[in-house]
Amino acid sequence: MATQASRFAGHLMISPAMILLLGWMIVPLAMTLYFSLLRYNLLQPGTEAYTGLTNYRYFLTDPAFLTAMRNTLALVGGVLVITVIGGTLLALLLDQPIWGRGVVRVLVIAPFFVMPTVSALVWKNMFMNPVNGLFAHAAKALGLAPFDFLAQAPLASIALIVAWQWLPFATLILLTALQSLDRDQIEAAEMDGAGPLARFGWIVVPHLARAVTVVILIQTIFLLSTFAEILVTTNGGPGTASTTLTYLVYVQSLLQFDVGGGAAGGIVAVVLANTVAIFLMRMIGKNLEG
Amino acid sequence: MARSASLRRKALMTAIAWAIGLAIFFPILWTILTSFKSEGDAIASPPRFLFFDWTLENYQTVQERSNYFRHFWNSVVISLGSTLCALGIAIPAAWAMAFVPGRWTKDILMWMLSTKMMPAVGVLVPIYLIFRDTGLLDSRTGLVIVLTLMNLPIVVWMLYTYFKEIPGEILEAARMDGAGLRAEILYVLTPMAIPGIASTLLLNVILAWNEAFWTLNLTAAKAAPLTAFIASYSSPEGLFYAKLSAASTLAIAPILILGWFSQKQLVRGLTFGAVK
Repeated sequence: MATQASRFAGHLMISPAMILLLGWMIVPLAMTLYFSLLRYNLLQPGTEAYTGLTNYRYFLTDPAFLTAMRNTLALVGGVLVITVIGGTLLALLLDQPIWGRGVVRVLVIAPFFVMPTVSALVWKNMFMNPVNGLFAHAAKALGLAPFDFLAQAPLASIALIVAWQWLPFATLILLTALQSLDRDQIEAAEMDGAGPLARFGWIVVPHLARAVTVVILIQTIFLLSTFAEILVTTNGGPGTASTTLTYLVYVQSLLQFDVGGGAAGGIVAVVLANTVAIFLMRMIGKNLEG
Repeated sequence: MARSASLRRKALMTAIAWAIGLAIFFPILWTILTSFKSEGDAIASPPRFLFFDWTLENYQTVQERSNYFRHFWNSVVISLGSTLCALGIAIPAAWAMAFVPGRWTKDILMWMLSTKMMPAVGVLVPIYLIFRDTGLLDSRTGLVIVLTLMNLPIVVWMLYTYFKEIPGEILEAARMDGAGLRAEILYVLTPMAIPGIASTLLLNVILAWNEAFWTLNLTAAKAAPLTAFIASYSSPEGLFYAKLSAASTLAIAPILILGWFSQKQLVRGLTFGAVK
């Protein structure tokens, strides 16, 4: 059993990590909260003043905010639908006995390791460009008019790029979950006369449900912070057509130098992310017990 | 009969899987191929897949025009530096939580994880202002600090799950054999912990290399790692496809290779043990 001395040593070993994380999250977050109550613009130094909830009122009633909320939900939702459905199908496929499974898996996983700015620019220029992009070439070959993806459907195009990056993650996790499936159970069901569809519906789906939930929650948290892809493809435009909450806060604080307003937006983003996080934490916590 | 049917099925599945795998990988393959083309071949219509004049000229131009390797080196320093710092802080913490668990260990782990759920924009403004006032903007030190703290929860968590798997009986056996605490740590625990530490290092270097929120917002030119350097191609310069491809290929190649080694750790590190 742990002695007094070893327990003390244990505290000593944990404390640097805890103090640093505390400093990293609590201090800046408190500052954000404080700034959000101030009239504070970097272009007008010395005019800071307490304004109560004015920043929140402006931010929440700004038409750009509603657009950004809608865009955020559409982007996160769209990417989730593509990656969860695509990832499930791919995981089921890769779970089959096939030749060269290891190589195929490597090919499928590769996009996850491409840095966001590279994948966004490669897609933007070499695929979606209306003149020289591969999609434009393909359209011309089929006798169709080329489509200007990022101008005419900016949000959907960004969703496509982000989904390409996250599909490997969903696939990999769902594949891991599939491979931990109890084969005996499937064989037993087969002996009892359950057809492939029944086996899928009653054994595989319930087993995957938990992994799917984990994929959805973790991806949501990362997707809410999508930034680089928007910055290098559309800059949030045209207009605010592809501005998400994260991007709007960035524009307000670092491009318009409105620290107060940006901070208020940051707090809104924190509340949104934490709503999702609570559910994820509960699932992880449960697993820690077991 | 049954055997040939299952063989046919296997062949069909193989064909489908390879077709999809190649389609998903295609953008990367296309980028690599384009990096060896002349600018003319890169935008040729119809596109040239393999039959073009292979050249290394783009790699040379990218380096000469923009001092590419300085940014590459920034990426190396920042990702490796932040990972080593995080490991230095996290190893003792994870060690203590795994081997001397207290009443609060689980709560501490969960709390650390919860800091990872905080969206970066929530603290963008204060971090930016603190960095501006302390001269850390556009410095490698600044980015090392931010990325260390950002990835610390994942590092602690991953190490914890690895250390947890080291059976406690081994320690007792060593103690029975008269090993002191120093010998215990040096000769018994460390060799068993090294694979876990190495996997954590690998995954964290990948995450730090590709991090593209703080690196874009806190650097300008001097300390810009590859994420930020490549972003500068979003200007019309990005229309030079062959050069964009060369710069991109160099930026993703090391991580693609490391990534292939880290598939298993990826699941563990990014789901915090929720999927095994």
